[in-house]
Amino acid sequence: MKILVTSKRVPNPEQKLKFAGGVIDLSAAAWQINTFDEYAVEAALRLTEKGKGGERSGEVVAVSVGPKEMSQQLRGVLAMGADRAILVGGHDATLDAESVARILKAVVESEKPDLVIMGKQTVDGESNQVGQLLAGYLGWPQATFLASVLLAADGKTATVTREVDSGVEEKRVRLPAVLTVDLRIIGKRAVRNEALAGPDAEWEETQRYASLKGIMAAKKKEIREVAAADLGVTRAPLVRVIGAEAPPSRKGGGKVSSVEELVQKLHAEAKVI
Amino acid sequence: MGAVVVFCETAGSAVRGASLPAVTAAGQLAEHHGGPVVGVVIGSGISAAAVDLARYVSKVIAFDQAALAAPLAETYAPVLAAAVKTAGASALVATATSTGKDVLPRATALLGAAMASEVMAVAGKGKFRRPTHAGNAFADVEVSSPVVVATVRQTEFAAATPAASAGVVEAGVLAGPVDALGAEVVALHATKSVRPELGEARVVVSGGRGMKASENFKVLEELTDLLGGALGASRAATDAGLVPADLQVGQTGKVVAPQLYIAVAISGAIQHLAGMKGSKVIVAINKDPEAPLFQIADYGLIATWETAVPALIAEIKKLKASSG
Repeated sequence: MKILVTSKRVPNPEQKLKFAGGVIDLSAAAWQINTFDEYAVEAALRLTEKGKGGERSGEVVAVSVGPKEMSQQLRGVLAMGADRAILVGGHDATLDAESVARILKAVVESEKPDLVIMGKQTVDGESNQVGQLLAGYLGWPQATFLASVLLAADGKTATVTREVDSGVEEKRVRLPAVLTVDLRIIGKRAVRNEALAGPDAEWEETQRYASLKGIMAAKKKEIREVAAADLGVTRAPLVRVIGAEAPPSRKGGGKVSSVEELVQKLHAEAKVI
Repeated sequence: MGAVVVFCETAGSAVRGASLPAVTAAGQLAEHHGGPVVGVVIGSGISAAAVDLARYVSKVIAFDQAALAAPLAETYAPVLAAAVKTAGASALVATATSTGKDVLPRATALLGAAMASEVMAVAGKGKFRRPTHAGNAFADVEVSSPVVVATVRQTEFAAATPAASAGVVEAGVLAGPVDALGAEVVALHATKSVRPELGEARVVVSGGRGMKASENFKVLEELTDLLGGALGASRAATDAGLVPADLQVGQTGKVVAPQLYIAVAISGAIQHLAGMKGSKVIVAINKDPEAPLFQIADYGLIATWETAVPALIAEIKKLKASSG
C-alpha cells in the first residue's frame, strides 16, 4: 500500500490575526501544520500498521506545496513516521486550490499511489476544495469528510463513514481514490487496514506526536524539492484574494443577574421570544 | 455572459430548504452574468420536487433516474458539468451543505473552472466576499475562470421566495450512462429529528461538555422545543459522545446564524465561535465567569445549567401564558 498524504502550513489559529494595507499581515505569524492534515498523516500511518506501535508495511509519502520554509513542517511529518517527502515550491499568497490540485495531480501521476489522504480543509483559507478537485482531475472516486476508514483485506476498496448534514453516510470506494478526513478520524478504532490489523486493533485517540527517535530518524529521511514548473504547472492562479479585513467586532459582554431578568430582556429588549 | 445554474437538493416532494438561499445568490449572480437562473435537481423520483423548485426560477432541469438516487460526487459532478454546458451557463452555485461542499469542487474540476467556497456576499462578476480563518477575516476574492463556481453560506443569503409565475420543468438528457466509478453509498444512518434543521432554525439551543451526560440534554431539548428551535452542541460535547456529531456547531460542523442562540455550558473555543457568532442575539449560560463566550454574548448569565435551564423553561412558560 502506497499512500500519498498532503500537508500545508497555516498560521497558528490561536494567534490574533493582523491586518495591514487591506490584507492579512502574516509577517509575524507562527506557522504550524494544518490540524486536519496532521489527522490525515495519522490516518495514513495507521493504514500501514498492524496496530499501535506494531510492525509497518507499505509506504507513506508526504507532499507539500509551499515555500522552502515548509520543510520544517514536513520534517515534523517525517518525525511522525512518514517515509519520505516531496516539497513543491510555491508562494503561499499566490497558490489557490486549483493550482495546488493541479500540482498534486502531477505528483500523483509520477508517484502512482493507491490512496491520497488529505485534511478536509485548511483552517486558514477554509476552501475545502483541493481533495475534490484532485479526484475530479484524476477521474478517481472520492470520499470526503471522513470519520472512519476501513481498508479491505484485498486492498481494492475502502469503506468509510462520512459526516453529512442528515447523519452518517457509509460509502464504499474503489482504489485508487482520494480521501479527505474530518476530526473524528483520530478515534481509537476509526482507521484500520484489514490486511494488517485485526478488529481489536486500536490506537490512541489523538494524532501521534514525534518521539525523539522519530525526530532523529527524520533527519535522515529525504525531502525532495521540486519546482511547480518542472511538473508542468505554470499558470497564474484563477482565484485571487484582492483584500481582507477584520469582521466588525461584536459588542458583547452584557450580563444579567437572574433568569427572570434574562427572559424579560429577551422579550422586551431583544424581542426574540 | 450567460445563464446561472443553481444546484438544488430535494427533500421528498419539495426543494430542500437549505437550497433556497443559493437560489437568492443565483439571482444576484444573474445580474452580473446576464441570466437567466436555471435550477438543476438530481435524483430519483424527484419530479414533484422539480415542480416545487419551478415556483422560484424560470426554468428547472431535472435529472431523474434510478442510478442518481444517492448523492454521489462521482455521478452528480458530471451531471452538473453537463447541465452548465447545455444551459450555456457562466456560473454555477449551490449552498455549502455537506453535499454541495462534496460535489461542487469536483464539478469545478470537470469544467476546468475555479471556485469560491462558502461566500457570504456577491460583490460583482466573479467577485465574492467570504469568511476565512475561523471567521476572523473577511476576504474579497476574484474568480477569473470563464465559468465561475461558488458555494454560499446558507445563513448569509435570505431564502428565495416564489416568483409571480411558475417556471418550466425540462427533463435533463445525459450523453452516456451514469458511471459511479465503483463508488456507492452503502447506507445512510439518518438522525431522526422533528425539529427544524440547524441551519434554518430561528432559535438554536446548544450544549457543551459541561452538560456532562447524554441524559442531561433532555432539559435542553425541552427548552429547544418550547422555543421551536433546533438543538446544537459544541465539539467537546460531540467528541465526548454526549450527542450525535451532526449536532456540532462550529468551524467543523454547522454554521448557524439564528435570531437567538443560547449556549449552555459552552466555554467558547475559537472553532465554536466560528460557527455561531453571526447569530443576532447570543445568550451564554455558564458557571465559569471567565468563559470566553461571555465576551461575545449579548446576555451572559453566570449560573450552573442545573439551576438556570429549568428556571428558564418555567419563566418562558410563564411569559407565554401571560402573553398568550
